[in-house]
Amino acid sequence: MVGGGFLLSFRWFELTASPIQTVAEDVNFNSYLSIAPNDVITIFAPNPEVGQNIKTAFPMIVAEELDADWTKVKIVQAHLDTKKFERQATAGSGAMQHSWERLRKAGATARWMLMEAAAKRWDVSVATLTTDNGFVWHKESGRKLSYGALATEAATMKVPDGIKLKAKKDYKLIGKPIHNTDNAEMITGKPLYGIDTYREGMLIAMIERPPFGAKIKSVETAAAKAMPGIVDVITFKNKVAVLGKSTWQVTKARKLLKVEYEPDGAVESTTEHNTLMKQLLDKADVKPSRKDGDIEAVFKTAAQVITREYQAPFLSHACMEPMNFFAHVRPEGVELIGPAQLPEDTRKNVAKLLGVDIEKITLQMTRMGGGFGRRQRSDYSMEAAELSSMTKAPVKVMWTREDDMQGGQYRPAMRYRFQAALDEEGNWIGYRMRGVGINSGNSARPDHFPAGAVANFLVDSIDHKSPVTTAPWRAPSENFLGFAEQSFFDEIATAARRDPIEYRLAYLDKAQKTPVGAVKYDIERMKGVIKLVAEKSNWGKNKQLYQGFSAYFSHGSYIAQVAEIEMKNGNLVLQKMYAAVDCGVVVNLSGAYQQVKGGIIDGLGHALYGEVTLKDGVPAQKNFDTYRLIRMKEVPEVEVYFVDSDINPTGLGEPALPPAAAALANAFFKATGKRLYHQPFLKEEAMKGQTLHPIS
Amino acid sequence: MANYTLKINNKTYRVEVEEDTPLLWVLRDHLGLVGTKYGCGIGQCGACTIHLNGTAVRSCVLPVSAIGKQKVTTIEGLSAHGEHPVQQAWSEVDVPQCGYCQAGQIMTASAFLNKTPKPTPAQITEAMNGNVCRCGTYHRIREAVALAASKLK
Repeated sequence: MVGGGFLLSFRWFELTASPIQTVAEDVNFNSYLSIAPNDVITIFAPNPEVGQNIKTAFPMIVAEELDADWTKVKIVQAHLDTKKFERQATAGSGAMQHSWERLRKAGATARWMLMEAAAKRWDVSVATLTTDNGFVWHKESGRKLSYGALATEAATMKVPDGIKLKAKKDYKLIGKPIHNTDNAEMITGKPLYGIDTYREGMLIAMIERPPFGAKIKSVETAAAKAMPGIVDVITFKNKVAVLGKSTWQVTKARKLLKVEYEPDGAVESTTEHNTLMKQLLDKADVKPSRKDGDIEAVFKTAAQVITREYQAPFLSHACMEPMNFFAHVRPEGVELIGPAQLPEDTRKNVAKLLGVDIEKITLQMTRMGGGFGRRQRSDYSMEAAELSSMTKAPVKVMWTREDDMQGGQYRPAMRYRFQAALDEEGNWIGYRMRGVGINSGNSARPDHFPAGAVANFLVDSIDHKSPVTTAPWRAPSENFLGFAEQSFFDEIATAARRDPIEYRLAYLDKAQKTPVGAVKYDIERMKGVIKLVAEKSNWGKNKQLYQGFSAYFSHGSYIAQVAEIEMKNGNLVLQKMYAAVDCGVVVNLSGAYQQVKGGIIDGLGHALYGEVTLKDGVPAQKNFDTYRLIRMKEVPEVEVYFVDSDINPTGLGEPALPPAAAALANAFFKATGKRLYHQPFLKEEAMKGQTLHPIS
Repeated sequence: MANYTLKINNKTYRVEVEEDTPLLWVLRDHLGLVGTKYGCGIGQCGACTIHLNGTAVRSCVLPVSAIGKQKVTTIEGLSAHGEHPVQQAWSEVDVPQCGYCQAGQIMTASAFLNKTPKPTPAQITEAMNGNVCRCGTYHRIREAVALAASKLK
């Protein structure tokens, strides 16, 4: 039974009370913003928060244009509301790019309406008024009125067209290091996450899922059903769910399930995938994603051809908060609560699954303990909805860490082959790249550098369809492609006997002056970050250091990195990383630094240690004892520099990750003369005896 | 099922649970103390860290029957309103990203600083190495522990 006899009592519904979405006395100005008579300004944060700090950054932009007093701003996570908001999604580092102008206008129009109301009240022209920190001022007469005092009247003013937005020099919040709005709750352990959802009468459900490519042959549930606290055991959709009153009781009962499986199509192992990917690299007649010049001729006549292959394993997203979701399906409506990066997709999928009118489904977004793309899938939320529908009870589906790591939706396993043709002077005259992967979709990025700079160019990709499920994983495909191509470019520069930064800049110049085909990245911005990182890292100046360079464009942003390996007490240590970033206007400097540092750490950690391998459809890694995540001892210093820019903000959640492992591998080459080709690096022969751990 | 009287955050709770129930699930499922987080269930990640008589312990592998009269402190009981120097330092340094691991980080750090009030950077790294942060806030954690140490002086 839940609870037992407490000496202290509590009520679950108080813990999980839904945040207030409208306040009666507040005056609503638009979907984002309402102002109360007591001057409290409520700003709704519509997008799902996974740790990218969007819940703080979006309201900052509204408050900036409103000229609000930030200390009086209350931020509320909005529920899914497709009538009020567009693109309530955490995907593709795209939120800021999508919403920047909208958020600014939301703040600026409300500010204008407040000034109109003050002008009317004082019978003066709007042009004579200014705003500052939550007040409208008439400087001539020294009068001022607070936004709260003007709100009711202001809301009746006509919404102006063509509102003028602030110039960058006038920003008071944007570009400053503003602290995370949920800090106070997070450091005191308040319930914020989906996993913290509890209701009276709620059942906890855990689910036994099949190996990839297998189906249930037989199930014995009697022993599990007989365990204390167990309410039901349900076989559905090739899975077996144990439902009970507490997590531990369900955990124990689940161990008594006896489920036998049989093959249902391809039962695959990592060894087969490895062979298959190598074969696919040789496949003929693949449709090019991009082709410039005469690729066949140039490779025939080249003085030097460099061919290299790079391979990546499946990865778990390993969100610290494992998958979970709450659903309560009732005739009058469906209530969904939990972590979702694409809540609109979740709602659509649940509507389709249950055959329920979408308007009858509400979805409350919880703060997420990481996402990294995993929570773009609705598999776990649909499980909750289905089990609640079957049991007619409120249900929270809980994935254990083992479920999370073995339940698929991985970063696809991938292999790339790169070929470069050089002439006798070391000029780069031909480039060929193929990406293959297991459920990887299009693993190539056809318009990446050296597109535009190398006259003869061919990129294509092949995808193998597999029962092993995959999902976007922070910077999809690019999370490995960034490593592979940036490592390869380093080899080309080495083969041409040129400095890698000087060589890169020369080819960017070439793409700028005599482009071949379309160039879809901004060469000036790319050169800008490369020059900045070279300057900040004192590139090549200290001969005691082994430096490695990489530079990458993704999600609209440009990042160049330098990794620095030193010899200390006879050991090679990765002591420092430098990053120069052009993401347009930096919205929140504190969050932005951490996105870059965290992205680099994530990129290094997974490249060094991460892998999920399969044998007969069963993942070998189950938990953090065998799936190694990077820890404090292994993290180098990271210095981050942002380019001062007036360009509208571009992505920042993902772009820092792809180039990190290449900078490391290129520095490793400088130090050892050995190249790293396959991840995890720790399994590479060249890494034997090395840890690279920095010294704190 | 058995009855247990537990001293948690200077309050007394009584629960009726199975004796092998990990303290983590007693806190979360039965007492509404959800600040202590589940991350791995095998004592590998540190998200579930609490204090047992002032020592940092992984509550996911601590059976309720092993607690007896020992005093349990969770993130909710570290201070009344987040005014513990470690919590203050976490806020000042703006440590959290997703925030999920941070309660465990704070509990590890506060127990460590009780025993090592003037730590070296290397001691901080050693002490915090058992707590995983998937977002990679390690630099800020290190900075916040050092800041908290300076506040404790």
